[in-house]
Amino acid sequence: MAVAVLIENLQKSYGDVCAVKDISFTVNQGEIFGLLGPNGAGKTTTIRCLCTLAKPDGGKIEVGGVSAIANPRAVRNRLGYVAQEVAIDKVLTGQELLELQAALYHLPAKERKTRIPQLVEVLGLKDYINKKTGTYSGGIRKRLDLAAGLLHQPEVLVLDEPTVGLDIESRMVLWNFLRELKQAGTTVLITSHYLEEIDALADRLAIIDKGVVIDEGTPSELKAQIGGDRVTLRIREFTPQEEAEKAQNILESLPFVEQVIINTAQGNSLNLIVQSEANALSQIEQSLNGINLPTFSLAQSRPSLDDVYLAATGRTLMDAEIAAASTRDIKKEQKQQMK
Amino acid sequence: MVATRKINSALAPNPRITEEREITSSPLSNFIQETLALTKRLLIQLQRRPSSLMAGVIQPFMWLVLFGALFSKAPQGLFGEDLSYAKFLAPGVIVFTAFSGALNAGLPVMFDREFGFLNRLLVAPLASRYSIVAASTIYIIALSFIQTAVIIAASAFLGAGLPGIAGLSAIALIVFLIVLGVTALSLGLAFALPGHIELLAVIFVTNLPLLFASTALAPLDFMAGWLQIIASLNPLTYAIEPIRYLYLHGDWAINTLVMNTPWLDMSFGVVILILLAFDALVLLAIQPLLRRRFA
Repeated sequence: MAVAVLIENLQKSYGDVCAVKDISFTVNQGEIFGLLGPNGAGKTTTIRCLCTLAKPDGGKIEVGGVSAIANPRAVRNRLGYVAQEVAIDKVLTGQELLELQAALYHLPAKERKTRIPQLVEVLGLKDYINKKTGTYSGGIRKRLDLAAGLLHQPEVLVLDEPTVGLDIESRMVLWNFLRELKQAGTTVLITSHYLEEIDALADRLAIIDKGVVIDEGTPSELKAQIGGDRVTLRIREFTPQEEAEKAQNILESLPFVEQVIINTAQGNSLNLIVQSEANALSQIEQSLNGINLPTFSLAQSRPSLDDVYLAATGRTLMDAEIAAASTRDIKKEQKQQMK
Repeated sequence: MVATRKINSALAPNPRITEEREITSSPLSNFIQETLALTKRLLIQLQRRPSSLMAGVIQPFMWLVLFGALFSKAPQGLFGEDLSYAKFLAPGVIVFTAFSGALNAGLPVMFDREFGFLNRLLVAPLASRYSIVAASTIYIIALSFIQTAVIIAASAFLGAGLPGIAGLSAIALIVFLIVLGVTALSLGLAFALPGHIELLAVIFVTNLPLLFASTALAPLDFMAGWLQIIASLNPLTYAIEPIRYLYLHGDWAINTLVMNTPWLDMSFGVVILILLAFDALVLLAIQPLLRRRFA
């Protein structure tokens, strides 16, 4: 399968902040590739380097075999870019914005006159296209930005956190649209810190954390690779510490249980990693009965991408998010990106 | 379910078209296409948010009326034989208005930078990113011409008279030259400074001092010696003095002496050359600023 995007040993620092330490991955032609990681992991910086908005300090970036560093203009021609914060000129109508975009990509008048109505139709923008973009809702803005990104029929569409701040319905519309896009043959590279988004959409993904790729593969490969099943147990809705510890001791002695973690953030619920066994749940319930503990809820599941992330970094994506949120200086980062 | 969905050809990539577009279209026609589109955007903004244009026309009008009234009782003959202050002031207001407008040229670009709209332009395969600069310059020059026309009409109404066709063309040329240089300077700053606060600070610090350190409001020989020297180095003075000459004298030629400085009297042609040199110097000076951003 032909390679659409190749990123090799990418490095990028802003001042003394190292945003990307060493990122490598390849996106195959015609697939949806997900870049998953918490905020501040280096996703946006990677995308900015790919879209020629930032010059990498080191490494290789190629789109369709063309180097983004040696030949940025050719790469700009091949990429469609949908930024996280949709920057639109509020005074322009959607139609005027698309016409500006068409001129920036040097579409001839004839092509412009067929492409714009085509995309307006596909994205359901008919009722909005002649209104000022300042009146648009978040979902409509995103759709307009998709139209703008696809106007020149790019080989690869790059979306940076496309569903942040969107309502559930707009999110579903976007997901279905991206699947349709892939069906038509366009390669899609999408970043997200939503596990379920990448799980639902991506054919393959790379998980990145603190500026490095920690794993790459299909969602099922990554999940299978860490093995075992996950069991979540709540003894009570809010379990006292001592009861949780008592249960932990007894459950750790079961032969099929590999690990028991008390999740204090979730009212002392217990997270178990177990070997895939048919009657794991009933055996757990029995052992709890044996020491007179009730079960409030008990569920078994296949490992999720969050478990993959947890196994690789020792923390859940949610924890990483919270940690990142408290240490990040968003204002400063925006200033850096303006440079 | 996905497999049964109809494939939509509107969403298919077309590398061949991209390739073709790259090869067949000339860089010059691409440059013109993108510059015109960007200029059109600025003009649509102006048309839908006309307040800045209104302010830009009302303000010089107020300068004319207020400064005119401020000095209306100045002794007769102070500004030269049988010369009204209105007549003396009009050229100063024309140049100062064009100058202020040009000094603000960088602001829209700065806001585009801050709101991320500039990124939309920078990810596009522009033939040259100088089209962004070119579009802003065209826009500001068009704006200055509108303002200048209004001030000339208002001044005529207030008793300053009206230069002939040749005089008006000369005014247009001078306004063009001063606006070009100052716009370039402002755009250079818009790419070099960290944010709009800093750009506004520069604008505030340069705007009025350059007005008072020029011959816009008073002739050179009214000033203290040190200010005469500063005013004789101020590009605004080089734009004001020839226009003032046009307003005061019916006949002039390229070699007419139009400007006196403490060290040299200059002809119309020499003043134009100095303005051209000023433009060339600024355009050269901003190259590194733009190249750093556009590389």
